[in-house]
Amino acid sequence: MSTAWETVIGLEIHTQLATTSKIFSGSPTAYGAEPNTQANLVDLGYPGVLPVLNAEVVRMACKFGLAVNARIAPRSVFARKNYFYPDLPKGYQISQYELPIVFDGELQIETAAGDEKRIGITRAHLEEDAGKSVHEGFSQATGIDLNRAGTPLLEIVSEPDLRSASEAIAYMRKIHTIVRYLGISDGNMQEGSFRCDANVSVRPRGQAELGTRTELKNLNSFRFVEKAINYEIERQIDVLEDGGEVVQETRLYDSDKDETRPMRSKEEANDYRYFPDPDLLPVEISEDYIAAVRESLPELPDAKRKRFVDDYGLRPDDAGILILSLPLADFFEATAAATAAAPQVAANWVIGELSAALNRDGVAIADSRIAAGALARLLDRIEDNTISGKIAKEVFEAMWDGEGSADDIIESRGLRQITDSSAIDSVVDAVIAANPGQAAEYRAGKEKLLGFFVGQVMKETQGKANPAQVNEALKRRLKAE
Amino acid sequence: MTVGASDQSLHQMTLAELGDGLRAGDFSALELTTALLDRIAAHGEALNAFITVTADEAMRAAEAADAARSNGNAGPLNGLPVVHKDLFCTAGVKTSCGSRMLDNFVSPYDATVVAKLRQAGAVSLGKTNMDEFAMGSSNETSYYGPVKNPWDHEYSPGGSSGGSAAAVAARLVPGATGTDTGGSIRQPASLTGTVGLKPTYGRVSRYGMVAFASSLDQAGVITRSAADAALLLGVMAGFDERDSTSVDHPVPDYVVGLDQPLEGLRVGIVRQHFDEGLEEQCGARVREALALLEEQGASLVEVDLPNLDLSVPTYYVVAPAECSSNLSRFDGVRFGHRASDPDDLLDLYCRSRGEGFGDEVQRRVMTGTYVLSAGYYDAYYLKAQKVRQLISQDFKNAFASVDVIAGPTAPTPAFRLGEKTDDPITMYLNDIYTIGANLAGLPGISVPCGFSADLPVGLQLVGPHFAEQTILRCAHQYQTLTDWHCRCPEAYQ
Repeated sequence: MSTAWETVIGLEIHTQLATTSKIFSGSPTAYGAEPNTQANLVDLGYPGVLPVLNAEVVRMACKFGLAVNARIAPRSVFARKNYFYPDLPKGYQISQYELPIVFDGELQIETAAGDEKRIGITRAHLEEDAGKSVHEGFSQATGIDLNRAGTPLLEIVSEPDLRSASEAIAYMRKIHTIVRYLGISDGNMQEGSFRCDANVSVRPRGQAELGTRTELKNLNSFRFVEKAINYEIERQIDVLEDGGEVVQETRLYDSDKDETRPMRSKEEANDYRYFPDPDLLPVEISEDYIAAVRESLPELPDAKRKRFVDDYGLRPDDAGILILSLPLADFFEATAAATAAAPQVAANWVIGELSAALNRDGVAIADSRIAAGALARLLDRIEDNTISGKIAKEVFEAMWDGEGSADDIIESRGLRQITDSSAIDSVVDAVIAANPGQAAEYRAGKEKLLGFFVGQVMKETQGKANPAQVNEALKRRLKAE
Repeated sequence: MTVGASDQSLHQMTLAELGDGLRAGDFSALELTTALLDRIAAHGEALNAFITVTADEAMRAAEAADAARSNGNAGPLNGLPVVHKDLFCTAGVKTSCGSRMLDNFVSPYDATVVAKLRQAGAVSLGKTNMDEFAMGSSNETSYYGPVKNPWDHEYSPGGSSGGSAAAVAARLVPGATGTDTGGSIRQPASLTGTVGLKPTYGRVSRYGMVAFASSLDQAGVITRSAADAALLLGVMAGFDERDSTSVDHPVPDYVVGLDQPLEGLRVGIVRQHFDEGLEEQCGARVREALALLEEQGASLVEVDLPNLDLSVPTYYVVAPAECSSNLSRFDGVRFGHRASDPDDLLDLYCRSRGEGFGDEVQRRVMTGTYVLSAGYYDAYYLKAQKVRQLISQDFKNAFASVDVIAGPTAPTPAFRLGEKTDDPITMYLNDIYTIGANLAGLPGISVPCGFSADLPVGLQLVGPHFAEQTILRCAHQYQTLTDWHCRCPEAYQ
């Protein structure tokens, strides 16, 4: 990428709020139901029906606002965004326009260079989702599924403070982590609970004025956000370097072709005619309410990471990985609390073996086949030298496969480490006797052959011999002759 | 008055009188319902007051009311007949809003107002004709044709609740629901010699009322007496958790207190109400009515509403703006009229709406779309909202020194059908005295106060927020001294 150009990015993140009912009706919000089974008369926009605000969404928006150090509007207003589309039942979307519920926030991201950077959050506002147009299974027609219509969304708008796709991803991941910590969204990107539009522009480095931006839509994974932004940056630079001009437009990212292309102008040529929704009262929020919400806030990712480093002595990078997922962080803490092993050992196992097994089998941490307490017992057996770390991996796999507790498996498979020094000595003697040539070379100074002997001893003991003792015995016996 | 079941004068009785008769067992709900359905069958068509008559449902409801009474479960309105303006959703019954767009629409649910009246035991006889989507002041914008004024079929009954007003004036039913966005209850009441009450905005739930202009719409009633209006309002009023703009304010017994005399009541008179726009005879009748109030011990106080002349232009920005958005849901996709064989989505929208909506609705949708458009929003919509605040403040200032404001309801008596249809602006000016109460959210009532030639004239009383008791009491006291509300059109004796 040319260094003569600077990229400017702002993100609009749509987070589906994890309420049980919709933002303006009592219909359930569960994902994946049969089409149009979760839409009542209000969701269908029937004549005469009226919206009633779900108080839970207000609480959730406030939680988010406080988590990103934003201001909570004492009075915010719902407005109608008017446009016609078949999956928009009322012909308008109820959103917030001039007076959003949350504004003027910020968060810190870590750049690729490892520096902290502040990203401003312009606003976060509440709105209802539209339904879905369904094309598969219809010929000469389009199906409409209004299950999603009226699902609550929090749209989080950043300042144009992001300077690269990687910063955009870091910001997006941080928001993703925060909303899940707060329990206000499941953050499920496959189901569309967390999606993003990106405003991208480039300008000659050093120029204060912003370049013309394009808006990228349909970005529903971190990978696509990164690819779409990088594609778009290259495209804009190419256009400008060829003497052309960037056209302000909405572009759709096509993940199959890995390119962005303009949406048909008809789809975006809208004057939304926003005006305050006369069916809804302004949302008024008191200082007492805000204080109560503040009381209810959980520990947030940054604080947790600091605590993991300070209290558990974890490596900062490991702490950073653990805190990305609240259930993972909780699993780590539960494990660390239940084992005699060092917290860093627990962290290594949670980040390493456990995460690998979860990923390999597509299992969520909540459904982990090994509970934190069970993992702690396994780590205890390493700590008390019952088994070696290497054998522990075998035990872990057996536990994962449901063979029982660490102790059961160690017993039933006879994996208990051999620590009886006379037993180890006799194996060591046998191995040396069986390999006289290597023994001679070792004694002649080729000390790296020690590894060979350790391997042989381990082979003879099916890996159960205590490695430190084996090392010690080999050195002693090889030297002795 | 003694009445037998077959007595022709059942239809001349008020709700209060009919309630007494039902309680006394002078006649049954079934007999009453039958008598009125017969009258509707005889006169309804000529008046064109009804879009749907629900005779079978009414007979069943009457039987149920009689059974409830014999079981000791009679509600406060048990067996009393009412009709609903056809924009209140009624489960299983067509709810057309006077529009081709909803000619095929059968509501799957009841409006809160409909449900409350039914639960109180009222028997609904049908759905009344109205200006399309309540947009009109003459009932001529209805897809089902204009309603005739019972006083003279050549004349308009006013609108938009013209069917309800005509049905009550012609003694087809003693009470009817209506809605009032800019005068749609009070003006037809004035033009038909009936009582029309528009409560405070938020007093009655809007849930199930097909919206015209959400910040102005309010459900109310048309009856022959203020006492009957009080009776119905007591049942209809109250907070509804399904309408966020309904107000959680205690509902008093509106009937109690009607007998309190007018001694000491401060009645505000607005000078501009009597300017040149007011037809001479109308003005004379209203002055006579004011004089009568004064005789009863009320004091007349001149008050100033300096921004009153801005109310019509303000209304014709705010109301179309909201209507343009409210009516977007009528797109041919889920319910209502759908154009046949659309070429594409745009064609479906354009033809469904073009065919489904009449001229006046289209005019207001276009006006509203315009005033909300980028570049015009500040000049029109935002400015209108600011003026609306000024008008509200004017009323607030006036009510610091008076209890009610009295004046004419409409500038003229009923006008001929067809007389103003080519001139929307003149038509709009018919609501010049009523619109202020909608913009400020105030309760208002129109009471018959005499005639201009042979056509009724209405006196309007407007009160502060939630002062329904005051205006009902004033209207009731006036009706104890006058018999204008007992006058019945010749053909409907």
